[in-house]
Amino acid sequence: MIEAPSTLPAADARLPRGQALRRGLGANPLMVVGALMSALIVVIALLAPLLAPFPADAGSATHPFLVLHPPSAQHWFGTDNVGRDIYSRVLYGARISPLIAVIVLAISCAVGIPLGVAAGYFGGWLDETIMRVTDIFLAFPPLLLALALAAVLPASITTVIIVIALTWWPWYTRLIRGQAASVAGRPYIDSCRALGISRWRIIFRHILPNSITPLIVQVSLDVGGVILTVSALSFLGLGAQDPTPDWGLMVAEGQDYFLTSWWVVTFPGIAILVTAFAFTLLGDGLRDLMDPKRIFLR
Amino acid sequence: MTSPEGAGPAVPPGPDGTARAAAPEPEGAAPGMPPRPADATRTVDAKPEETARAGTARPGDATRAETPKPQETAGAGPPLLDVTDLAVRFGPVRAVDGVSLRLAAGPFGLGLVGESGSGKSTIGRAVVRLVAMAGGQIRFEGKDVAALRGSALKRYRRAAQIVFQDPDNSLDPRMRIGASVTEPLIAHRIVTRRLAAGRARELLAEVGLDPELVSRYPHQLSGGQRQRIAIARALSVQPRLLVLDEPTSAIDVKAQARILRLIADLRAGRNLAYLLITHNLGIVSELCEQTAVLYLGRVVESGPTTELLSVPAHPYTQALRSAVPEVDMAARRSRLILPGEPPDAARPPPGCVFHPRCPLAIGRCATEVPALREVRPGRQVACHRAEEVLAGVKTGARTSSG
Amino acid sequence: MRLSITNLQVSFGERRVVDLAELAVGEAEIVGLAGDSGSGKSVTTLAVLGLAHTVGATVSGSIRLDGAELTGLSHREMREVRGRRIAAIFQSPALAFSPVYRVGSIVHRALRLHGMTRAEAAEAAERAMRQVLLPPGLLDRYPSQLSGGQLQRVAIALALALHAEVLLADEPTSALDVTVQAEVLELLRELRDRERMSVLFISHDLAVVAELCDRVAIMQHGSIVEQGPTSQVITAPASPYTAELLASVPRLAAGAGQ
Repeated sequence: MIEAPSTLPAADARLPRGQALRRGLGANPLMVVGALMSALIVVIALLAPLLAPFPADAGSATHPFLVLHPPSAQHWFGTDNVGRDIYSRVLYGARISPLIAVIVLAISCAVGIPLGVAAGYFGGWLDETIMRVTDIFLAFPPLLLALALAAVLPASITTVIIVIALTWWPWYTRLIRGQAASVAGRPYIDSCRALGISRWRIIFRHILPNSITPLIVQVSLDVGGVILTVSALSFLGLGAQDPTPDWGLMVAEGQDYFLTSWWVVTFPGIAILVTAFAFTLLGDGLRDLMDPKRIFLR
Repeated sequence: MTSPEGAGPAVPPGPDGTARAAAPEPEGAAPGMPPRPADATRTVDAKPEETARAGTARPGDATRAETPKPQETAGAGPPLLDVTDLAVRFGPVRAVDGVSLRLAAGPFGLGLVGESGSGKSTIGRAVVRLVAMAGGQIRFEGKDVAALRGSALKRYRRAAQIVFQDPDNSLDPRMRIGASVTEPLIAHRIVTRRLAAGRARELLAEVGLDPELVSRYPHQLSGGQRQRIAIARALSVQPRLLVLDEPTSAIDVKAQARILRLIADLRAGRNLAYLLITHNLGIVSELCEQTAVLYLGRVVESGPTTELLSVPAHPYTQALRSAVPEVDMAARRSRLILPGEPPDAARPPPGCVFHPRCPLAIGRCATEVPALREVRPGRQVACHRAEEVLAGVKTGARTSSG
Repeated sequence: MRLSITNLQVSFGERRVVDLAELAVGEAEIVGLAGDSGSGKSVTTLAVLGLAHTVGATVSGSIRLDGAELTGLSHREMREVRGRRIAAIFQSPALAFSPVYRVGSIVHRALRLHGMTRAEAAEAAERAMRQVLLPPGLLDRYPSQLSGGQLQRVAIALALALHAEVLLADEPTSALDVTVQAEVLELLRELRDRERMSVLFISHDLAVVAELCDRVAIMQHGSIVEQGPTSQVITAPASPYTAELLASVPRLAAGAGQ
């Protein structure tokens, strides 16, 4: 209903890509925060051995005389029920949960995106088949599937990754399929077909870039979700096992001491929260940044 | 660089109607339009890689100066496109049901006129092979289009192009204009990637746009500009046939006039033949030699545009003609208002599909399908009472004096 | 004058999109407001309906209905005016009807909202449907089962049933086929003549405006560049912009007039 002028000053359009990017970032300070936080998490994961005051505590070391000490100058986050430095373990934890999340999400995307695009673009029987298969996978409650698999596979991080990825990819297939189907119906795709542009080029140059945005946002929002699922599985004894400094596992194990020693649960919990939050901000910002209309219209 | 429309009056004469009625304009040349910016850049068009196909003149050629007026006699040569008995079905819906059309080699325009649901867009899409045919045949330069495969199909894709109605969605929103325009060139290896950027600028200039727009995104342009880009993209592969599917119905009046003029220029400059699909009789009257009127997937009347519009032989053409609003008071006539709505194409009425709304329907119309027959040289009509319509029989329809 | 607009200014923040000195619609008169997209026609409609704030615009100036000022009214008072005294129809009737309700229930609800009893509403709706030449049976259907032209006529019927004094018609026929457009235009003429309704007809199509309207105002960049009796504006445009718009209208070939 509003008749806004549809052309913008020429100066806007001729910004080089980098400058446009900077402007986009400048217009979205929350995304900058998200990106910095996410980068910080990666840096911590990489430099954990250098940053952690007690690297050995990330492993199987125990200190019977340091059990459940509250935060102090020496142990910033306190110590746990076997006397390990929680600060060191939280730093090392940046190597576990976020990595599991990244692997799970990467597998889910690798499986979900091609299937979703194929279903959405080609339609017909292929679409039907793919969607029925996703329905079957979605019908399994993740925990039930995990328990079933745990009966055959050893409890390990690999098991956790397989189990979560199995239940995660169908959502991405559905999301991408809907997007791809709607994009496939647009006139510019017809125009490409009429111009004799190859199917693969249409898919990679047009369908995929125009369908992927919601997925990128969803993936970044899911980082927190996967970390929490990993924790739940760890708690059930299906995931990372004790000496592993997994945040979820630390929260699960710390529950028993929550009323007397709040720090055992709190610091790994905050780590999960901060990580999920950082990726959410990043995802939100990415959505804005990836929409060409927003870069210029702000 | 002199073009007939450039020489036109800067502002239309005061009492517009009479002046216009006396001297028909060259097609699409609305007087009062500013000279197109492209005119200045035309000369750059003749580039080696743009070597025209046999018989096609390059833009900027001398042929441009004498923009031919649509001739009713055109179309006598072998047809470029020959559609016979085309049928397209979507489930139970017979979107196109036994349509035959002929399109001469360019410069030539065939108008396909009808209202929503008439199947006109579907015919256009079938011609460029975007929808499958359920029956009939489409021949392009004698070759059966439905049978084309592989490289032959690829060649056909270069020869026959389409421009869609909705300029908002006919370009990829994530691609810069330059990339959109050169995409077909690169896909067909017509030019190298290195030369493509320059070619994009030339194409933009040819459709009357600032070449600097190559670095913009579609949403930064107006509807009219986007439609020009869509045309440039279609032209990039040097087609001989262009299907124009309601190319101006989603844009401004002023932009529309400029697009129509562009089509007229291209027709002469590139020897284009086009199938112009529209609901606007004014547009076909300015741009097309021949017109076919469609109703519910069938051709009800076809013939030379001027004759068809001035003396319709089918009651539907008559109603359509009289429903067109006129700016010129002198051209106004009493309205013929059709009762009811076009029927559902999934359940067409028996007999003549138009009979439920036809002011002239008689008993025979409800049972017997009227065949398309020649009532005057070059004029085909599917109506049992065509002779009476031509003779000017009074219709019983509700009329309004406007 | 039924509806008179003076010194109307509509702005989005700093940007003024409408600056309209004077525009009036008399009783039983159809006034056309024509211009290109971006000329501010649609925003003017919203301002008259008291809905400009919903799109973030600010309005100043005077809009009078039968001499009573509308601009100072509260949202609640304006809601009473809107619909009851000023009705509006838009380009896309399909968007004006919620697809999950039957057409009749939408119409009845609107009528009852403006103070009719259930029986009165049913009767008024049927009468109005007949006035716009639609079978009242269509009220039992869902919007998706009606054509665009039929829905547009239902919207007009609603205005009739409410005895609206002014009808704002914002590109009401742009999405319709020409034969259906002809019917809707004919209906608007009948409303003017029989119901003495005042119509502000907004369109980009000068040919339609020329056929339908008694007077016409040409809008460009938010201001009226020319207004007057339709025949005068069309045959002897005073503004070059009007002339340009007129020249842009595609016409049937010479001699096509019988």
